[in-house]
Amino acid sequence: MSLQLTDVSKSFGRLGVLDAVSIDVPRGARLAVVGASGSGKSTLLRIIAGFERPDAGTVVLDGRTLSGAGADVPAHRRGIGYVAQDGALFPHLTVARNIAFGIRRRPDRTRRVREVMELASLDPQLADRYPHQLSGGQQQRVALARALALEPSVILLDEPFSALDTGLRAHTRAAMVDALERSGVTTVLVTHDQEEALSFGHQIGVIADGRLVQSGQPSEVFDAPVDAEIAEFLGDVVMVPAEAAGDAQAMCAFGCLEVRHDRSGGAARVCAMLRPSQLRVDDAAEGGNATVVGMRPAGSTAELRLRLGAAEIPVEVTHRLPLHEASRFRPGSTVTVDVDGGVVLYPATALRSRGDVAEPAPAA
Amino acid sequence: MLGAAALIPVGYVVQVAFEMGWQQLAELVFRPRVGELLVNTVLLVVLGVPLTVVLGVGGAWLVERTALPARRLFAVLLVVPLTIPAFVASYGWASAIPSINGLGGGLLVAVLAYYPLVYLPALAALRGLDPALEESARSLGMGSWAVFLRVVLPQLRLAMLGGGLVVALHLLAEYGAFAFLRFETFTTAIVIAYQASFAGPNAAALGVVLALLCFVVLLVEATARGRLRYARVGGGSPHPAPRLGLGRTTPLVVVALVALAVASSVVPLVSVIRWALVTDAASWAPVVEATVQTLLLAIGGAIAALAVALPAAWLSARYPGRIARTLEGAYYFASSLPAIIVALALVTVTLHVLPGLYQTVATVIAAYVVIFLPRALVSVRAGIAQVPETLEEAARSLGTSPFVAKLRVTGPLLLPSIAAGGALVALGAANELTATLLLAPTGTQTVATGFWAAASAVDYPAAAPYAITLVLLSIPAVALMLAQVKARRTP
Repeated sequence: MSLQLTDVSKSFGRLGVLDAVSIDVPRGARLAVVGASGSGKSTLLRIIAGFERPDAGTVVLDGRTLSGAGADVPAHRRGIGYVAQDGALFPHLTVARNIAFGIRRRPDRTRRVREVMELASLDPQLADRYPHQLSGGQQQRVALARALALEPSVILLDEPFSALDTGLRAHTRAAMVDALERSGVTTVLVTHDQEEALSFGHQIGVIADGRLVQSGQPSEVFDAPVDAEIAEFLGDVVMVPAEAAGDAQAMCAFGCLEVRHDRSGGAARVCAMLRPSQLRVDDAAEGGNATVVGMRPAGSTAELRLRLGAAEIPVEVTHRLPLHEASRFRPGSTVTVDVDGGVVLYPATALRSRGDVAEPAPAA
Repeated sequence: MLGAAALIPVGYVVQVAFEMGWQQLAELVFRPRVGELLVNTVLLVVLGVPLTVVLGVGGAWLVERTALPARRLFAVLLVVPLTIPAFVASYGWASAIPSINGLGGGLLVAVLAYYPLVYLPALAALRGLDPALEESARSLGMGSWAVFLRVVLPQLRLAMLGGGLVVALHLLAEYGAFAFLRFETFTTAIVIAYQASFAGPNAAALGVVLALLCFVVLLVEATARGRLRYARVGGGSPHPAPRLGLGRTTPLVVVALVALAVASSVVPLVSVIRWALVTDAASWAPVVEATVQTLLLAIGGAIAALAVALPAAWLSARYPGRIARTLEGAYYFASSLPAIIVALALVTVTLHVLPGLYQTVATVIAAYVVIFLPRALVSVRAGIAQVPETLEEAARSLGTSPFVAKLRVTGPLLLPSIAAGGALVALGAANELTATLLLAPTGTQTVATGFWAAASAVDYPAAAPYAITLVLLSIPAVALMLAQVKARRTP
């Protein structure tokens, strides 16, 4: 019993948008689909909702075929809730009437409206307000409450937090995840924000160029991205040229490090990926393996530019650390850089596309 | 069905031209009298349009971008002429200065009556203009004049062209004002030909030439516009635009604007009121009945126009493509044809195809639909474009079928623009003279035709109550247009 997508493909004219995407979301699970804009993730959601028809493949919900294989259940008969990017609240209706929109024939609608408002942590006093009198976060929670009111078997969220300010965002997200948790509804979220995707739920799917390139538990996917591009997409990386040293070890500018996962596919030249949070920078008691070549304060933190190794190709990395700690270092001084935990190996071609300079990519 | 009916006039012109053939058409067209009409009409457009553009743009700029005293008052005073139909204004002028006539008189009355058609879009464009552009120009070392000429004026080109086009089409279509001043244009000549021999070959041939002139005007405007697009790049912060101090020229500018207001509004209105004062209660009685008939016809026209506009606007807003564009273009072209041609076409079609409809209410309403359809179309389409499709999708995901979703969500949200579009059609129809004169069933008298009957019989006092009613009927529409422009605050 679950939501199953099998080989779903879709193109608009000659532009392929989705290419044989298969996903299985168990009942009650929360799946976050993450991808850059234009990757096809919104189309995927619109196919599940019934707003678009897939060119090929099937969408099956709890054993009932919704799309494909001759079936085309219209959106309003699917029992799938949908929360649009901007909430799409009806501007001419109050909060209560927005929420009651889909259940106006139910005798207990007043009670149900109260219930879902509470579920979405909405103040009962908001019931008589109009959408334009609400904050962005409240609007999103009303949209969720409106979708939950029908007790759908699946809720789809299309970038529901992207229009919110940073502060409101975390708060609204927490409130909505909480409401979804308590209602136990199967949920699919699409987003371009990798942090949001990693913290949202039980499963994450990474979509790129219309294909589902990786899926699994968030911690697994973050730990072992299938390629360097996804690794970069999911968070800041430090990427350095490396050489396999046998016995799950790799030699690079940081020294000899343990290999957590080898994704190089047996490439002749490889590179090692690690996260900036794995770096430990210390004053060099003797020797040291890196030189500070620059420092730039950035608010409460500072960016330290370090040049590593005496190899023929020196490697530069940027390391962010709290400002008070950074004040210990002077440009030109020698430091020791240690790495906590192992690295993931990728083919060295990943380095070339990054311009051969190892620098963490800023988080999108 | 109704949509196709809107295209009848275009078909009529083409059909007449082909049926007559070059020989007969040339015979009817290449005559000294037609040459005279052509000179008159072309002079009217060539002189009239630039004058209205100067008055309209100048007025809008003074009101919106200078420290003119009492500029809120002037902003309203400058649109007042729109409440006075041109044929009422000419009656006002003719009773004030009986010797007024010919090209000079026609130009005077028409320019004063129509410059607000440029003023309103220019005002809207100025209000939508990002003040940061002007500020940047100043910081680049341009003086006030240079800013106006090199930054503001180019941005107003679309408004000037659009307004100028509307004025040109009005000048070509106007019957009452010019007939009253004994100034002959194609339109007045067609009405005379029609009165002599109905929709005979003479009227039809003149109609073809008039339609050609319209086409030339549209072509000139389209060529001048070219691929002109002015997008607002970036939002900019909402702040009022800088206003230019007028310094020592202030009194001069104020006097000029007051003179404009007096000439365009006060003279006609005072004449009308003066005649109204010498009327007795008896001359007001027929006006009441005419008003009722006018309202019925106008509301019928509005409903019919909306019935055509809703599906067409839906098509062009939701499914923009070649078909929608072509259809829309055809509607605009049909409505840019003078009312006299629309009337001729409907007379011919009803007589030959549907004799039962000749001189019935249905024909009058059909004419109103053709002439005023763009008013409904523009308003309704803007409304539809403002209702996001995601709302309908949200309604569908809440278990509502697509049709019910439209009814419960898009419908209520569309009401204001439907009402505005309908009101603009109704108010336009209430003032319509030419087509109503030709098409209305015998015995039906609208306020406009009632006025015309009295005024053209030189019974000036009897015409006054009708004139006052016409002005009163126009006020809501003009107020609506002004409100729409003013709502266009700098975002």
